[in-house]
Amino acid sequence: MALIEVKNVTKIFGSNPKAALKRYREGLSKEELLAQTGHTLGLSDVSLSITRGEIFVVMGLSGSGKSTLIRHFNRLIDPTDGQILVDGTDVLKMSSRELGRFRRTTMSMVFQRFGLMPHRTVLQNVGYGLAVRGMKKSEREDRARHWVGVVGLSGYENQYPTQLSGGMQQRVGLARALATDAEILLMDEAFSALDPLIRSQMQDQLIELQAELGKTIVFITHDLDEALRIGDHIAILKDGKLSQVGTPPEILLTPADDYVAEFVRDVNRARVLTVDTVMKPPKARLTGENIERALEEMRRLGEQYGYVVDNDRYRGVTSQERLAELLTEKGATHNLYTVAEEGPTLLADAALEVALPTALDTAYPLPVLDESGKLMGVVSSREMSSVLTPPKAANEDATDEKSDPPESPKAAAQ
Amino acid sequence: MEEQPSFFERLSDNFGDWFFLDGTIGTWIRKSANEFVRFLIINYGDQFEAFSDTLLKALIWLENILEGTPIVVLLALLGLLAYAASRRVTLAIGVMFALWFVGALGLWEQAMQTIAIMIVAVMISVLLGIPTGIVTARSDRARSLINPFLDLMQTIPSFVYLIPAVMLFGLGKIPAVLATVIYATPPLIRLTDLGIRHVDREVVEASRAFGATRWQMLTGVQIPLALPAIMQGINQTMMMALAMVVIASMIGARGVGETVLLGLQRNDAGQGLIGGIAIVILAIIFDRISQAAGARAQKHRTVAH
Repeated sequence: MALIEVKNVTKIFGSNPKAALKRYREGLSKEELLAQTGHTLGLSDVSLSITRGEIFVVMGLSGSGKSTLIRHFNRLIDPTDGQILVDGTDVLKMSSRELGRFRRTTMSMVFQRFGLMPHRTVLQNVGYGLAVRGMKKSEREDRARHWVGVVGLSGYENQYPTQLSGGMQQRVGLARALATDAEILLMDEAFSALDPLIRSQMQDQLIELQAELGKTIVFITHDLDEALRIGDHIAILKDGKLSQVGTPPEILLTPADDYVAEFVRDVNRARVLTVDTVMKPPKARLTGENIERALEEMRRLGEQYGYVVDNDRYRGVTSQERLAELLTEKGATHNLYTVAEEGPTLLADAALEVALPTALDTAYPLPVLDESGKLMGVVSSREMSSVLTPPKAANEDATDEKSDPPESPKAAAQ
Repeated sequence: MEEQPSFFERLSDNFGDWFFLDGTIGTWIRKSANEFVRFLIINYGDQFEAFSDTLLKALIWLENILEGTPIVVLLALLGLLAYAASRRVTLAIGVMFALWFVGALGLWEQAMQTIAIMIVAVMISVLLGIPTGIVTARSDRARSLINPFLDLMQTIPSFVYLIPAVMLFGLGKIPAVLATVIYATPPLIRLTDLGIRHVDREVVEASRAFGATRWQMLTGVQIPLALPAIMQGINQTMMMALAMVVIASMIGARGVGETVLLGLQRNDAGQGLIGGIAIVILAIIFDRISQAAGARAQKHRTVAH
């Protein structure tokens, strides 16, 4: 169920936005609107739906309207047109008193340049949201101290923000946002001002906290790598319009337009894409102990390799050649389960970067398992490398470099 | 009866008079202003007197305290104040010595009178100036409305408003305080306005995003962060109040200004000089103390990125 529902939100900045909106609806472009009316189009008919408990990333370059969009959620900016529902409540219909309560309890925010109050200590900053709520000092400080600990700043409670590094300051910002126990966390380019190493630490910490606390996070960034790393869903914004909304693999593999394609071109796809995005169902899925039946099945399917499964549990891989050889052995009775070679396997959520070396060393498509050992599918190095090439560029050159699977049956198993 | 001169004769004789409408606008303003002042005196004279009395009582009370306190205690208190503001012993000793020096000039009593007027004037300026500055910071319309008045208050010669002030409040300290307030409040209003407007946008936005009410935002974020600028404004107000003491003495306020005035009237350059030295020393004392307080307010108040 969608927690935040944004419906056709349009924002025009200027002295008479309503009149400008009318002109815009009549077909003026963004540039014409600015030239003829002096109004700037911030957002144009943006519709989104954000699910409870996910990290939703809004990505765009500066001027794309992403910061404007996030400020609509807690109405730091009012839209010119459209509707915003949070948990079924129309945010735009709130009175200023209701809006105050909404901001104090339901949504909190982390800012690009931290937005810390320089005249307050770390503890006082973290407790700010609670102080605004009117919570008693002792209770407030207890809670603030807890959250200062959670973000790993214990011992810095009585420091002032200016005495801390950028990364530490943003941890204070994060703790302040978490301290109000708000269900929704808005993060406006929260990590953009930090240097790369600190940034990736903060990303890890955010993902950890998210898993632990189950917050719904709306994260703004101009950095696609960051978006792909932390986002469950990504919305790409350009000139106030939504280009595409999708999961990271969807964005990478099927960019909606040239703009998105341009964006994803430079991404390290091997790091972002996981095995389960490219795996296919195994063609020859063998069950039962009977080798003859299995061989028959593989011949019927025309498959060189078969994957042996016992009650959904993966047991191993085998080839036609090997089974035929076993059957020619006189007198011997073999069990398919014992005959199957365990061989290398891949985890479904492993990044291609990690999976590719194993796949290149193996002749047959590798089995992909989930954490409980269930066979999810198979994937070959050829399939992996085909998705590593950005969609716009030609496929050939990449296949030459990366996937040259030695498809000789000898290399099978072991 | 003489014949009226023809239009052209008048034009050639007295072009200036005709062109400037015989100065009727000036006459009209003068008459209206006088009538207005008379109207105020006749209809609201009692109220003005009551206001004047209250203020005078406060002023005399403060003056009595300053003059009643043993000199050594007063010096010690000043030293403590300087130390509290700056946490520097040298400054504390320096201002104590400076004030002793004023006494050594033979102007202790006058200095106390001047300080009393200055403190009362600055307190009124603060009470009026800071709220006005907050209003102008919050509303561009209020700012554009109030700004011309501030310009006027700072440029119009003080004698212009001293004339009606003396008529309404009588000679003495009260019109002096009033003139000082009019002259010294504008910088405080401007600096309060500027200070609040320059509070980091993101910090104010953060406070808004956490659901702070306007009052919580003002008292918890905007005023504390604008405090260095506000302190600078108070410092400026003090300095301008001291700059007014000679003019104030012309309408009967006593104090070091009077010393200078007497020097002028008696052609006594030496007396003028010691009065001047005393004023400068008082200015230095209050400047250093309020600057130090401002600098301490500055600590931790700038946003680091």
